[in-house]
Amino acid sequence: MRRVAVAGLGIVPVKEYWDRSAQDLFAEAAVKAMKDAGTDNVDSVYVANMSGALMQDQVNLGALAAGALGRPGLPSIRVEAGTASGGVAFHEAVKAVASGYSNCVLVGGVEKMSDVLPEYVNTALAMSEEQEYTAYTGVTKAGLSAMLHRLYLDLYAEPAEVGMMAVKGHDHAVGCKHAQYPFRMSIERAMDSPMEADPIHMMECSGVGDGAAALMLVPAGESGIEVAGSAVATDCCSLAARKDPLAFEAVRRAAERAYGMAGVKAGDIDLAEVHDDYTIDGVLSLESLGFAKQGEAAKLVAGNGTDKEGKIPVNTFGGLKARGHPLGATGLYQVAEVALQLRGAAGDHQVPGARVGLAQCMGGVASVAAVNILRRFGA
Amino acid sequence: MSVPRYWRNQVPRYRLMGDKCKACGARYFPAQPVCTCGSTEFDDYKLSETGEVVTWTVIRSPPAGYERYAPYVVAIIELDDGMRLLSQMVDVDPADVKAGQRVEAVFRKVREDGASGIIQYGYKFRPVVE
Repeated sequence: MRRVAVAGLGIVPVKEYWDRSAQDLFAEAAVKAMKDAGTDNVDSVYVANMSGALMQDQVNLGALAAGALGRPGLPSIRVEAGTASGGVAFHEAVKAVASGYSNCVLVGGVEKMSDVLPEYVNTALAMSEEQEYTAYTGVTKAGLSAMLHRLYLDLYAEPAEVGMMAVKGHDHAVGCKHAQYPFRMSIERAMDSPMEADPIHMMECSGVGDGAAALMLVPAGESGIEVAGSAVATDCCSLAARKDPLAFEAVRRAAERAYGMAGVKAGDIDLAEVHDDYTIDGVLSLESLGFAKQGEAAKLVAGNGTDKEGKIPVNTFGGLKARGHPLGATGLYQVAEVALQLRGAAGDHQVPGARVGLAQCMGGVASVAAVNILRRFGA
Repeated sequence: MSVPRYWRNQVPRYRLMGDKCKACGARYFPAQPVCTCGSTEFDDYKLSETGEVVTWTVIRSPPAGYERYAPYVVAIIELDDGMRLLSQMVDVDPADVKAGQRVEAVFRKVREDGASGIIQYGYKFRPVVE
């Protein structure tokens, strides 16, 4: 396998774009990434998108995206893996360059959530679950995470400790130009907000937003940012059937593989972007990635361990909660943010001396997970 | 929901029917085509209809089609045969649900496909009255 480098990135601020289409947003991110890379000599395209079929009645986004870039003719493939689509598409793009099949890949993610009413967002998220026996109960993604949240509170933590995952995300988003909610939120505000799915409060949930992010991948040279590890794993889709529902096995498996490829351990990671669509999912992700033992991540977060100066800086631009969570695009925002950190271009969000960073996203309740590790060349 | 899609799930939904691997004895609900042991040989397996609540939530922002039932409880239930499944709970105030609560399966309406579509049914669980 060839080593692969991130040559460029483009990020569209997460917000509600009433006047623009998914193709418009994808093209903006892609053009930014090509400019950043200093080349538009793309030979293949990957498009991460989760819910275009439901929200815009649109499939075949690969061909549409190539057309939107003025490049009809390019091989262009849509990747869907629920809310892990972005991380999985990045993984596929890495393989395309590593194998030698492609020399310059544009991988972008896009989601337009503001085109539908909130109950259809819940339906879209529930489409990542098995339909006949899980979604059929009327459960939502928030509801499934809430059942884990309750188990976690029974065993390990106070509600406000888990809630700090959202508070810290908002702290980190202040000043972030591409964040949807770049303001502070107190723990009281979170704990006093109405229940979304008991015991998850509304202010512990990521919101609804539109966005697109893109990266350019090329064979690695002797400088820049390299992809040190990249892996995807799955788990039993039924939460009820898992032996230990609080262990995100897909995340653990993907992390183990990615750490192995990169030759690093969790303790070597300088910063991590993790999938905090709900506070508990962020907490359990930290544990499954090896940043804390089972039952200890909420206390790590509440004890400032995931701050910029902490043991492991987490969600340095706000994470899903505060930067925003445009579903299929989310995983690519994460990777782009890690790349910004490793370039030393993260501004007020900069983790000093960051050399190795990790991005983790997942679909369903961690039935699929992608872990991508970037490293500054020579670090 | 299309008629064949509804029809082919009637027996498992109405009777709580899964399958059991002939090679290793692993049990699945819903039925599984290939066992984790690699076997494709299964017998039907009838699940217990009583059990207890493991964990639960209250759905307050429902998906499309479930609006009229909100707020409603969804729980992971461990049946007396050790199998676990996800189910709505009925005939209970959300504030009265507890871990370890004894529950039993009941046959209930789940949702309707508009004014002229299929009325969909299935299992839900309710507290056992001791």
